[in-house]
Amino acid sequence: MNTLALVGNPNSGKTTVFNALTGSNQHVGNWPGVTVEKKEGKFKFNGKTYNVVDLPGTYSLGAFSEDEIVARDFILKGNPDVVINVVDATNIERNLYLTTQLLEMKAKVVVALNMIDEAQERNINFDIEALSKELGVPIVPTIASKRKGIDELIKMSIELIDKDIKPNVKISYGEDIDREIKNLERLLNNKNFEYPSQWIAIKLLEGDKYIYELLSNDESLNSSTEFKDTIDRIKDNIDDYELKIVDKRYEFVNNVVKKAVKRPKEDVETKTDKIDKIVTNKWLGIPIFALIMLLVFQLTFAVGEDLLGGLMSEAMGALGEIIKNSLVKTNSPKWLVSFVSEGIIGGVGAVLEFIPLIVVLYMLMGILEDSGYMARAAYVMDNIMRALGLQGKTFISMIVGFGCNVPGIMATRTLDSKKDRMIATLINPFMSCGARIPVYLVFIAAFFPDKGGLVLFLLYFLGILVALLMGKIFSKTLFKGETSYFIMELPPYRLPSFRNVLRNMWDNVSGFLKRAGTTIFAVVTILWILAVLPLGVEPYSKNSILGQIGTFIAPIFKPAGFGTWQAAVGLFAGLAAKEAVIATLGMVYTGVGEGAALISAVQNAFTPLSAISFMVMTLLYTPCAATIATIRKETNSSKWALFAALYTFLVGWIGAVLVYQIGTLLGFS
Amino acid sequence: MKTKALTHLKPGDRGVIKEIVAGNCATKRLYEMGLNTGTEVKVVKNDTGPVIVSLFGNKIAVGRGLAEKIMIAI
Ligand SMILES: Nc1nc2c(ncn2[C@@H]2O[C@H](COP(=O)(O)OP(=O)(O)OP(=O)(O)O)[C@@H](O)[C@H]2O)c(=O)[nH]1
Ligand SMILES: [Mg+2]
Repeated sequence: MNTLALVGNPNSGKTTVFNALTGSNQHVGNWPGVTVEKKEGKFKFNGKTYNVVDLPGTYSLGAFSEDEIVARDFILKGNPDVVINVVDATNIERNLYLTTQLLEMKAKVVVALNMIDEAQERNINFDIEALSKELGVPIVPTIASKRKGIDELIKMSIELIDKDIKPNVKISYGEDIDREIKNLERLLNNKNFEYPSQWIAIKLLEGDKYIYELLSNDESLNSSTEFKDTIDRIKDNIDDYELKIVDKRYEFVNNVVKKAVKRPKEDVETKTDKIDKIVTNKWLGIPIFALIMLLVFQLTFAVGEDLLGGLMSEAMGALGEIIKNSLVKTNSPKWLVSFVSEGIIGGVGAVLEFIPLIVVLYMLMGILEDSGYMARAAYVMDNIMRALGLQGKTFISMIVGFGCNVPGIMATRTLDSKKDRMIATLINPFMSCGARIPVYLVFIAAFFPDKGGLVLFLLYFLGILVALLMGKIFSKTLFKGETSYFIMELPPYRLPSFRNVLRNMWDNVSGFLKRAGTTIFAVVTILWILAVLPLGVEPYSKNSILGQIGTFIAPIFKPAGFGTWQAAVGLFAGLAAKEAVIATLGMVYTGVGEGAALISAVQNAFTPLSAISFMVMTLLYTPCAATIATIRKETNSSKWALFAALYTFLVGWIGAVLVYQIGTLLGFS
Repeated sequence: MKTKALTHLKPGDRGVIKEIVAGNCATKRLYEMGLNTGTEVKVVKNDTGPVIVSLFGNKIAVGRGLAEKIMIAI
């Protein structure tokens, strides 16, 4: 099967093109660094199936950060038949820089000149024919978000697969460098490398580590003293060469642009400039961020809980009754009735009740993501982050973590320095993910029903605070050294598209539903069995196996005010997935199906103060198994994963104990 | 013609990047993001946070520490 690869600068619209080509539903957002993994899809054309690969955005093939390495590795080693280079038409110089590198590799390139709509708005005009001639590749203007030009793009790409033409641009790098290239080419020419020797020569002069490694495996080349001498000579001048090559490529691009692009001399003040004046203001920036978050939670509560939540809860209750009654009527065995009504409906149902609220929350987050505000949040936080030994970009991975810690940790791939990335990974679990919300909601409904939005906001805020504090500690102790510089594009604001918002919401909600059907279901089943054994014991009592396990763990939570066996078992179950905390409580507080019964059970078992300390514990303690597994995978180290699991537990416990003890001293209960 | 560090320019000022005196890695990063020598930039914002520059209307934020090392001819 033939493979097409999507390559381009961050935020140029690759994933939008990918979704349009393949009908997939990959995450799209208006900030650089949304895609950090390789994603594959397929499409059919004229009865043949083609493979399409979406890659993370990259500014060059030099690759600084992990996501760029993923892109570059695929371009170099994945052998795509055709490279579709998605170019942001409003930012043509910078985007064509990468194009020149693709052309030098002699890859078969089709340029998708994307965002033509925005270019037109800004009065940037293209002579497509001239552009195509100068670069020597086909160019297809596209508006990926409106699916315009996609058919043409497919046609052009497929045509190119069988054509035996390769791009033939030649960039002159000035006398010195050109001479070295020629020289190296001669030495490399009779060797059988999978890349053109001219390209390898340029890469050597650019100091490309991967190419050096590739060549170091070649015996005959390394035994040649002439080659060794050449490399030594190059290495002496490499700093100079490296930058000169970049400059020369830009020179080439500028010449192309001069011939094929017309642009107004003076740029006018756009709506993006106007919004930025307020949003990135020195004094207003952070208050505006806080206000936006507060608004998100208030709206979530107003719409998700008050408007839709009640309906859902009644529906779940009614459904539970119907199922239970029909089981009783058909004379089903007692254990089955108990398992279904208390285990499944009480447990899994307790989680499902919060779907409307989670839908609303994720839609609002989706709107933020697709508007362009994310990059601004990173911008306004940079100063604070810097004072803590972190940097603004880290904040983006933290916001992504609000959805789920797994993609949050993956998002740290965009950070250039290893230090930044390790810290960002270790503090991400404190970002309150969507799965923790059901826990908060039950406790809010039980004790603070009219302050829901505020309580949620404060919990999220506390999460950020603890994350930053731990970040500071880590950068002073475990990971010393320089923080990398903050460099980030601020994309124009865009009206969030309904499709993108829905897609991003569904990404999260479907994960939530899937977990309810798998992990939560499994946890509930296992706990239910433990709760009714040994035979003859009163189900859900202290004497059941589950009760005994809980009773054994419970004392460590006594200083935090919730030393009951039920709370201990709930927190323990939460290690599988955070919703399991509430599913477990829903089950062990016997016989509850509907939310109301669970809430009154919680009111009996907790006090307002211990409710707060329990919420703080839920927020901070060890993240779910999937997150720990991701930490292991991304750091490539079981030790760090174990460390993350343990230190977060400690932080959570200390946090909960502090809340309870200080609260008690102050006279709260 | 005078050269000044980017951090010393005021919003609205324009100039051409003359030299970047940072380490090679950071310099290359800047170059490849479009801030190479010879490029004309316009300062959009420069107060206490990262400096925001515009390249033909496209905005890039550069942390202050790094912006200090970008020399602009005005
Ligand atoms: N106006 C306009 N917006 C577009 C077009 N194509 C994509 N977008 C928007 O541009 C933003 C970025 O799109 P993505 O597809 O996520 O870009 P990407 O290249 O995959 O980005 P990374 O994964 O971060 O590298 C989204 O908000 C899209 O809706 C277009 O042709 N015109
Ligand atoms: Mg993408």
